[in-house]
Amino acid sequence: MRRPGAGAECIIKTNMSEYAAHDENGISAGIVEKKFHTFAAPPNEMVLDNGKRLGPVTIAYETIGKLNRDRNNAILVLHALSGDSHMAGCYAEDDAKPGWWDIMVGPGKGIDTDKYFVICSNVLGSCMGTTGPSSINPFTGEPFGLDFPMVTIGDMVKAQKILIDHLGIPKLLAVIGGSLGGMQVLEWTVRYPNMVFSAIPLATTTRHSALAIAFNEVARQSIMADPNWNNGNYYRGQRPNLGLAVARMIGHITYLSDDAMHRKFGRRLQDKTDFSFNFDADFQIESYLRYQGKKFVDRFDTNSFLYITKAGDYFDLKNQHGNGSTTKAFSKTKAKFLVVSFTSDWLYPTYQSKEMVKAMKKTGVDVSFCEIEADWGHDAFLLPNERLTSLLKGFLDRVADEIML
Amino acid sequence: MRYDLEVIASLIDPGSKVLDLGCGDGELLKHLKENKQVQVTGIDRHEDKVALCIAKGLPVVQGDMNEEVQDYPENAFDYVILSQTLQQVYEPDKLLLDLLRIGKKVIVSFPNFSHWAIRLRLLFSGHAPKSKQLPFEWYNTPNIRVVTIKDFKAFAKKVGFSILKEVAINTQHEDKQGSIITFLPNLRATYGILLIGRNGNRLNIDIR
Repeated sequence: MRRPGAGAECIIKTNMSEYAAHDENGISAGIVEKKFHTFAAPPNEMVLDNGKRLGPVTIAYETIGKLNRDRNNAILVLHALSGDSHMAGCYAEDDAKPGWWDIMVGPGKGIDTDKYFVICSNVLGSCMGTTGPSSINPFTGEPFGLDFPMVTIGDMVKAQKILIDHLGIPKLLAVIGGSLGGMQVLEWTVRYPNMVFSAIPLATTTRHSALAIAFNEVARQSIMADPNWNNGNYYRGQRPNLGLAVARMIGHITYLSDDAMHRKFGRRLQDKTDFSFNFDADFQIESYLRYQGKKFVDRFDTNSFLYITKAGDYFDLKNQHGNGSTTKAFSKTKAKFLVVSFTSDWLYPTYQSKEMVKAMKKTGVDVSFCEIEADWGHDAFLLPNERLTSLLKGFLDRVADEIML
Repeated sequence: MRYDLEVIASLIDPGSKVLDLGCGDGELLKHLKENKQVQVTGIDRHEDKVALCIAKGLPVVQGDMNEEVQDYPENAFDYVILSQTLQQVYEPDKLLLDLLRIGKKVIVSFPNFSHWAIRLRLLFSGHAPKSKQLPFEWYNTPNIRVVTIKDFKAFAKKVGFSILKEVAINTQHEDKQGSIITFLPNLRATYGILLIGRNGNRLNIDIR
């Protein structure tokens, strides 16, 4: 499926955040397809962590590569806050944008689709094909809005497990994800220890710091302050685009770093030589944030943003799986771990990764840990990085050898 | 493989659990894993070395060894290796006690500062010791501890661990080749390699 021309066909766009560019060498997973799996039809609804019932549930997913005969080469990739099931390749030949981790997933890449059967699904509560607050509530025929039950990282993982069962995979070779995807990785390893052979949590944490919750809350408040939000009831009218855009702008600040912003923007002005002496976007950083905000509202549902950020804030591996002890939580896992953090990530700083590594060591878990020197803040895990690629490749080669034994 | 690492590998039983501190590019760990079916773990401070090891399929944790060793439970390893690092450790007594807690046995190797060439250099030139094994100037050497095989044995007595095996070696050709020294080792060996273990169950924690 190697298509040397793919890079030229899809527009190459340098984007600092969330969605990185096409592979520089033009190597692509090729044409991929969004698939769906629906389950939990009443009366057999999914029981959520908060006790509520939800069903039917549809999950959007993508698979690349081939499941082998022993069904032991499957890797589940877990996306972050605003991602989707489209991890790599393009939906069509003339697609402008590849999947969000095109640089890492594909033939011969860090996650090699020639060797592995790679799956990515959209999280529960999202708006990219999986059931979420913008889906139609079967009882009312209208979008759920705030009637959608609160979902947790645990609920997202439970839904993914149903998909993995449906695909006939008894045990995943690896679960891999960064940020909120990394939380799902951790959840997988303790909730379904017998189904996870290895795990790669990237730039993530066992629980949000007060700082991380604070930024999420400001983002949510900016949405709720938009009159168009209307308590989540906006699907028939004007959308709360202003609130969501500001929420996204806040997010983007936390994904960068002082250094990264200094280097990328500094105090440079946007298309002008002097201040405008009004409230237009004078500085490049202002213009960048406004652009990111505006772009986001075209592709993301505001209520989904509220639900997923809250799920991230609620996640607490220590209390939810370890009775107050991270070590106890990790004593449940049977996975081999590769933990990676990035030096300039202040949203999920290295000390948080080190805490989980410490707990894993205490309980005898096989763990590797590397802190990658990188300038781009939290975003670093999504940007092209040879070191990250070689770490993933080497670790996956090793666990693939071990699972075959 | 470096000769001193070959000697260390020969001290390790096949199929055991080994932690290598300051594992560098993982040469020893890879050898142990592939040839002796050892269950290996490494610790190193440097990102590039750690990344190299993980890319080779070796489980390695990046961090400061003095801190990292604290997290392992008692008897987590059959052997803990401290290869050519002792002379760079700020509190060697504390570290060795930690290692003897997490490992059933510990292998320590270090450059022998009482090798005759070093003695002669100090005696005749009046300059601080410098050799092929210790190529640094006094102002840029990472080797903050000057230790000899004799010193280490006295240290063992004081701290209260036992020396189970002692191999003194002389190396040539950038340490690729070497030989074992049995006659006057403290004078003639460039490196000392010692397998140590707990003295019964007790260690003299307060040695200062």
